[in-house]
Amino acid sequence: MGIPLEWYLILAAALFCVGLYGVLARRNAIGILMSVELMLNAVNINLVAFWRYVTPALVTGPMFTIFVIAVAAAEAAVGLALVIAIYRSRDTVNVEEVDLMKL
Amino acid sequence: MLPQVIFIILGVVTLACAVVVVASRNLFRSALFLAFAFVGIAGVYFLLEAEFIAGIQILIYVGAIVTLIVFAIMLSRDLMSKEARSVNRQAPAAAIAAALVFVVLVMALLQVVWPAATGVAPATLTADLGKAMVGEYVLPFEVISVLLLVALVGSIIIARER
Repeated sequence: MGIPLEWYLILAAALFCVGLYGVLARRNAIGILMSVELMLNAVNINLVAFWRYVTPALVTGPMFTIFVIAVAAAEAAVGLALVIAIYRSRDTVNVEEVDLMKL
Repeated sequence: MLPQVIFIILGVVTLACAVVVVASRNLFRSALFLAFAFVGIAGVYFLLEAEFIAGIQILIYVGAIVTLIVFAIMLSRDLMSKEARSVNRQAPAAAIAAALVFVVLVMALLQVVWPAATGVAPATLTADLGKAMVGEYVLPFEVISVLLLVALVGSIIIARER
């Protein structure tokens, strides 16, 4: 008997929720970006697991995963550039201290 | 029997590394454990017989994104901040919310009867992906290359010295 599909889905759900906690609770902007990458990886596990168990003949699952990885890389690059720019002008990467637009 | 043991070990290691990523006070340690978590996820892809995706995961996530994160950490030297707290005031509520989301997701997915792995994974997955990339998926392929170019130019402009 192989590995049931639910195990992969539960692992992906757990990774997603760990990343969700990191996004909501961390104060450092780079820490938040790392947690977002965890959530994206959880989604990728779901995509590949569903491809393998439901439609292994098609190529849609891994193709979607490749595009998610590419978009995550682009988003990480731009996000980290923004963090560096904010650090240069405000001397902090703490998201609680970047609150000029708050009421 | 053996695939299940391997999956359990990989899953526990990956989740432990993910917890260190979100909870560690030292940002550099978070980045390194993020790399370990990505390698664990690549192991899960190997178990799912998607070797190409596992290779891409290690190449791009561990090789490029974690390197980028470490660069950004070094360029914004705030490793141990003055307050020495890694989570903000809404951390307990965030933990409860994340736990609730997990419970709802698991309850929802356990209701469904999922199919067993009866199909056979294609032995030529990489070749099929290549053909699909220039065949059926040529438009997203071109768009993603434009997106990567825009992200590259944009991040250089945003992060350059004034």
